[in-house]
Amino acid sequence: MGCGHVFCKMYGSRLPNKTPSYPLKQQVVLATDQVNARSILMYQQNLDKIAELSSHSAMGVSGPNCDLVNFSEYISKNLKLYELSNDGLKLSTHAQANFCRGELAKALRKGPFQVNVILGGYDAKVPTGGSLYVMDYLGSCTKANYGAQGYASNFCLSIMDRDWKEGQTEEEAVQIVEKCIRELQMRFLINQSNFIIKVIDKEGLRTLKYGADPADN
Amino acid sequence: MARRYDSSTTTFSPEGRLHQVEYAIEAINNAGTSVGILARDGVVMASERKITSGLLAPAKTSEKTYKLCPHATCTVAGLTADANILIDQARLRAGRYAYQYQEPIPIENLVEHVCNYKQAYTQYGGLRPFGVAFLFAGYDETHGFQLYQSDPSGNYSGWKATVIGANNQAGKSLLKTEYGVKKETDGDEMKTDDPTGGEEIELPDLAEACRLAVKVLNKTMDGAVASPEKLELFTMSLDEEGNCVHKILNAKESGEIIAQVEAETQSAGDT
Repeated sequence: MGCGHVFCKMYGSRLPNKTPSYPLKQQVVLATDQVNARSILMYQQNLDKIAELSSHSAMGVSGPNCDLVNFSEYISKNLKLYELSNDGLKLSTHAQANFCRGELAKALRKGPFQVNVILGGYDAKVPTGGSLYVMDYLGSCTKANYGAQGYASNFCLSIMDRDWKEGQTEEEAVQIVEKCIRELQMRFLINQSNFIIKVIDKEGLRTLKYGADPADN
Repeated sequence: MARRYDSSTTTFSPEGRLHQVEYAIEAINNAGTSVGILARDGVVMASERKITSGLLAPAKTSEKTYKLCPHATCTVAGLTADANILIDQARLRAGRYAYQYQEPIPIENLVEHVCNYKQAYTQYGGLRPFGVAFLFAGYDETHGFQLYQSDPSGNYSGWKATVIGANNQAGKSLLKTEYGVKKETDGDEMKTDDPTGGEEIELPDLAEACRLAVKVLNKTMDGAVASPEKLELFTMSLDEEGNCVHKILNAKESGEIIAQVEAETQSAGDT
């Protein structure tokens, strides 16, 4: 596998007018590095490895650039096709994750997509709002509160194990993500200068910040 | 000359019509009637059981109502043999969707798939169209309870209440006057259309819908006295956990509803 790394984070914030049964409406933070590198060569440092799947969902993908682009487009365009052929009806995050997992599992026996995926989304219909699914190229998929993949996971998972708390605010979640990034830049052998962070909440997907503008590609 | 275009299903006649498809639709207008009614808390479908011979062994399962998946059921009017093929197709589609997305299929998606399958038989050569019309009842998260009707041409449409099969015109006109009409006093169901409140259709509850369905079948069966052997009542509703409950009413339950309808019409006739 290449050395692209994804890590993600989910947090909840209290709604201004809280309903007694569902006090928490969670949102999702996704972050990836922006590097495209192979062997000893660095090709690019301004990639966007977080693919928009629908207005309220996205997935961070890591792996060799060829599979990464191919797989992200294959999934996002298929989900777009679903929307078009079902009168604008969107799949839930749960269904999107299972579709994605299915495609990974299907490809496994015929030259797999060498990608790991963290998929997050926000559903108005789900009581908790946001949800996050972590899957690998072998087709295993788990719903999680946070996750990290690639070499980066060795640095990031322990930080999130310690700092992630149920019901934290968006600010706190982004702080944890930035802590992870600082740790990578301090201790990780491979130089990853740029990172991109995206947030999904009830308003939809938005880019919070990036190290280098992906639009320059 | 018109006969020249009769045998081919896929050739337009000079008048711009597909005769075979029209004949198939016509064939259904002589089939056992099915009525579907959308309620606040579910869907009701009632079908006429045609008894061909007293010597025939009674069917072990329903020949009119088929469950497609945990949240959709259909009733059939037309050729049962043709219907079986389409029902298999619908079940396969529902199962594959659930496998792919790990979520129940939206009802319209399922209906559309069956109808696309039917449509293909009106366009490709050497095949005859399916001689079947369906009523689909289903529930999904986005649109709640739904009722759809389809015909051999591959058209489908969503309804609050509709009838397919023999005498469907008479049944539809009864539904038009009685469905969603607000009752001011019990037992006084013959209300004329009130222009002020006429626009706002109030959905009946499941029990009311059952009674209306029996009433419609009474009408379409041309004066034959309704009995539990001659009709089949199906209800779909949700339980406390939000799961879909499918139920074909047994003889005792449907007998009770028939009795209620009879009492109702009798008292209405007295006044």
